[in-house]
Amino acid sequence: MAIDTAILKSTAYFSVLNDKELDIVGQVFSEKTFQRGEIILWEGETSDTFFLVAAGAVKVFKTSAQGKEQILSIARPGDVLNDIPIFDGKANPVGAQALGPVILYGIKRDKFQLILRQSPGLTLNAIKVLAERTRHLFTLVEDLSFRHVMGRVVKILLTHAGDGVAPVQRLTQQEMAAMAGTAREVVARSLKALEEQGYIRLENHRIVISDKESLQKILTESI
Amino acid sequence: MAEMPSIDQKKCNKCGLCISVCSCGAIAMVNGVVTIIETEDCHWCTTCEAVCPTGALTCSFEIVVEETPKAGS
Ligand code: SF4
Ligand code: SF4
Repeated sequence: MAIDTAILKSTAYFSVLNDKELDIVGQVFSEKTFQRGEIILWEGETSDTFFLVAAGAVKVFKTSAQGKEQILSIARPGDVLNDIPIFDGKANPVGAQALGPVILYGIKRDKFQLILRQSPGLTLNAIKVLAERTRHLFTLVEDLSFRHVMGRVVKILLTHAGDGVAPVQRLTQQEMAAMAGTAREVVARSLKALEEQGYIRLENHRIVISDKESLQKILTESI
Repeated sequence: MAEMPSIDQKKCNKCGLCISVCSCGAIAMVNGVVTIIETEDCHWCTTCEAVCPTGALTCSFEIVVEETPKAGS
């Protein structure tokens, strides 16, 4: 299958290339497909191929020692999956799993590095991409490790809770994230943690507060 | 009637990512429009919302406080 160079152009890495360069680079890529649920990258293993998403959505996540999964991001068409291990030659820092049918474009590590060596523009751009990602991860780390985010999520739950009879304003995880000044992934994790503690229950489109007192305690402690 | 996620057609760019990730077949392209198909199988996993790049698709939650039965009642 021929590589769609428009997809290459849409990636942060290759956006700086002109049409001729894209055609040349495109020839070095090959296509790989995955089905829903298939693991694309295992955390802790090494990669010899640099992958970018051509179609579909991929979950990028880390698993804790206790086996808990934290989604770090969703990779969509144009996003890259594993540049870090490709550059430093070490193990994959994250795992990646296909959320539905996925098509990836892959290029072998040595070929990718050869292209980078030949194109300073591409290399500078790669540094920019990595710097942006580092910035995003710094914010995520801060929010995941500090209690104040949990406090903000709890506050949102308590202020938007209804009695189940009168209609209340409904909220998406995205909206809660915007209100708490954090990422959707952090809200999802906070809700899961509250559910594990037995303070809330996620029942389809309902978040049921089953232990209001404990939530109020978290709120007071987080201020 | 089953509660279902909703799509703001003005924001939808028809990329189809939501269709590709939903495991219960609740989202489909019908006559060129990304459409939610009512089903009891939707378990509100919110994956469709997570992958939507434009914010068109939303799985909103109703937040309710469970009445705890008073001791002795
Ligand atoms: S919430 Fe999950 S099951 Fe329901 S429509 Fe979205 S992806 Fe499908
Ligand atoms: S993911 Fe969002 S933008 Fe894409 S088709 Fe679905 S609703 Fe539309």
